[in-house]
Amino acid sequence: MSGTQVKEKKSVTLGSIWRDKHSRGVILQIIAVIGILLFLGNIVSNTVENLDRLGVKVGFDFLSEPSNYDINQTLIEYSSSDSHFRAGLVGLLNTLLVAVCGIVVATILGFTAGVLRLSNNFVLSRLMQVYVEITRNVPVLLQILLWHGILIHSMPVPKKAEALIEGVILTNRGIYLPQPIPQEGFGWVWIALLVGIVFAVFFKRYANRIQTETGKLIPAIWIGFVAVIGLPLVTYLLMGSPIEVSYPELKGFNYKGGFVIKPEFMALWFALSIYTGAFIAEIVRAGIQSVSHGQTEAAHALGIKPNFTMRLVVIPQALRVIIPPLISQYLNLTKNSSLAIAIGYMDLVATIGGISLNQTGRALESMGIVLGVYLFISIAISAAMNVYNKRVSLVSR
Amino acid sequence: MSTTKKYPIGMHPALPPPSGSVGPVRWMRDNLFSSVSNTVLTVMGLYLIYIIVPPFVEWAFIDSVVLGADSRKECLKIMGDDRGACWSFVYKRWGQFVYGFYPVEERWRVNLAFLLVAATVAVVLVERLRANKALMIGALLLPVICFFLITGGLFGLVDIPTNKMGGILLTMIVGLTGIFVSLPISIMLALSRISKLPIFSILATIFIEFIRGVPLITLLFIASTLLSYFLPPGSNFDLLLRVLIMVTLFSAAYIAEVIRGGLAAIPVGQYEAADALGLSYWQSMRLIILPQALKISIPGIVGSFIGLFKDTTLVVIIGLLDPLGIGMAAISTTEWSGLGTELYVFIGMFFFIFCFSMSRYSLHLEKKLHTGH
Repeated sequence: MSGTQVKEKKSVTLGSIWRDKHSRGVILQIIAVIGILLFLGNIVSNTVENLDRLGVKVGFDFLSEPSNYDINQTLIEYSSSDSHFRAGLVGLLNTLLVAVCGIVVATILGFTAGVLRLSNNFVLSRLMQVYVEITRNVPVLLQILLWHGILIHSMPVPKKAEALIEGVILTNRGIYLPQPIPQEGFGWVWIALLVGIVFAVFFKRYANRIQTETGKLIPAIWIGFVAVIGLPLVTYLLMGSPIEVSYPELKGFNYKGGFVIKPEFMALWFALSIYTGAFIAEIVRAGIQSVSHGQTEAAHALGIKPNFTMRLVVIPQALRVIIPPLISQYLNLTKNSSLAIAIGYMDLVATIGGISLNQTGRALESMGIVLGVYLFISIAISAAMNVYNKRVSLVSR
Repeated sequence: MSTTKKYPIGMHPALPPPSGSVGPVRWMRDNLFSSVSNTVLTVMGLYLIYIIVPPFVEWAFIDSVVLGADSRKECLKIMGDDRGACWSFVYKRWGQFVYGFYPVEERWRVNLAFLLVAATVAVVLVERLRANKALMIGALLLPVICFFLITGGLFGLVDIPTNKMGGILLTMIVGLTGIFVSLPISIMLALSRISKLPIFSILATIFIEFIRGVPLITLLFIASTLLSYFLPPGSNFDLLLRVLIMVTLFSAAYIAEVIRGGLAAIPVGQYEAADALGLSYWQSMRLIILPQALKISIPGIVGSFIGLFKDTTLVVIIGLLDPLGIGMAAISTTEWSGLGTELYVFIGMFFFIFCFSMSRYSLHLEKKLHTGH
């Protein structure tokens, strides 16, 4: 207390304010705010002046105008007479599609490679090391272009292509597959699937309770699995197989009907999965290695069976280390999917930030939308990850 | 055999281990064929190697044509069919791949700059040379020297416009500028983000999260389309310079996060000890905290640099001619059309060599710097 009293008696000069830690902090922050405001103000005034000079209008009204361009892969109904907004939506869905598909394959690939990298098998662990090193150290853009080139050049043109199995045709315009078209009554199958999932979840909880109370093990996972697969299957058969299949048929120079996976999508999908898979492999390896060997030994000493040791002791601890960098790899994959523009896959950047921007000249608004969407995705995922981290982090002092 | 020598009890020399428990056979049994599933995996792995490696080696090296062809047709004529790679376009356009459209008579300047960079890298990497103060100061002056060497305009050197720069030269310019200019910025960003002053911390957080949340390609689009809106009317900014600004900000945000990790790893006791010694904020940072934090962060920074180096290929999308751009221009001519695979493999090898050696070096550093238990 005496210290503060002494201070109050001192005369307040500019020098003493500057020497005081707290007041100096306040002054510095005020300067920073003023600096940033001046900077932003300068940018805004420059932008307004430039837009004025060029006679460019600002506003999002262009989003409702017809887009006048086609998109070669659409998940929702779209034609060139639809609005720019809808084009952007198609692009966003394409981005999300390739991101989700890429994440699934990259995870499988990465976990497999990461585990095999640690195996005693010399050939396999070296092979995985070579895979990881080669793909990690080559720019992903090159890999996308390479895959695209391979898919385009090594596949036959539709006229010369032959079906692998009935309805499955590989061509340089994509892979054609038979498309199942749900008929009346197929809705029940979805309902059965839902019931199966709900049953599996509740059954697992019930099994857990039984195990904690009595120690009895019920193979809940297998029973749940059977429920999730079996219920819809039985319903499907009971309803009299309400699915019709549309087979692709050669008409003119191209196939019609069926379902087509475009080479642009495949190239992007393969390249992103393989590239990100290499990073995930390293993360998984580090995660498994981070669990000290004592844990495994302790589990063995307690008489826990080897596969339970892996499932109940090693993996939960490894996951805590693996998941945060894994999620950031997922984000990277999503962001890298914007390289789609190099091979003409119509994602968010190629639609609203590419063709729409060039057609309407609304650079500010288009780029704003693109940046906003990516920011939203990454902030949402980081927020979810923070919640997860809080839940799994070790309770320490 | 017949003569058995008597040894006192316990003095018998060690016998060789029974055959089958050492040597290559034992090793193979342990590592390759320890169980049925393991054997299956080994065979599958060997088969995979067999179907990938020999055809690739044949395609890339044995059946390929490097010299002596002026077009793809001639390549095909020499080979008879298209079973091998046609590297001739790389050979023919080697100058462009390295220097872009830099004037031929001025290329010695680029060579000199490359040499200086290589010498500096050697100085920084080799410990004995690093101790030499004069050499270190020379290394710090290097960016300035290289800047004037390459752009010219001083000492009677001819001015070279930036749109003449391309190829590996461009990759080096973007990569090295990105890392060196962004380092000080990223240290400031990291310090602001963990600062106790809320405004600084909020501003740094917003900046870092914004940059890390969007793809680099959108930032490059901003550089090529939007940046001119933000600048005073009439100012005409060079495209390469705009790209450099964006790349620098991009890598600064990523490196700032690496350095923040390093700062977080410093025990609180170090901060408290610095305070107890009566050091000011900057003194404690400069003398105590940053030396330790940066040391821990070096592998991460090298990792970011590898990422940045690979990302320099993206400039091709906004029309700068890095090696990939030069190559794409080459294969879009009638002589060399259809050589996409060769191009991507060639550029891929170039990046692999650089990035792989950097990642090995970073691994080595990590081991050397691991002074803990």
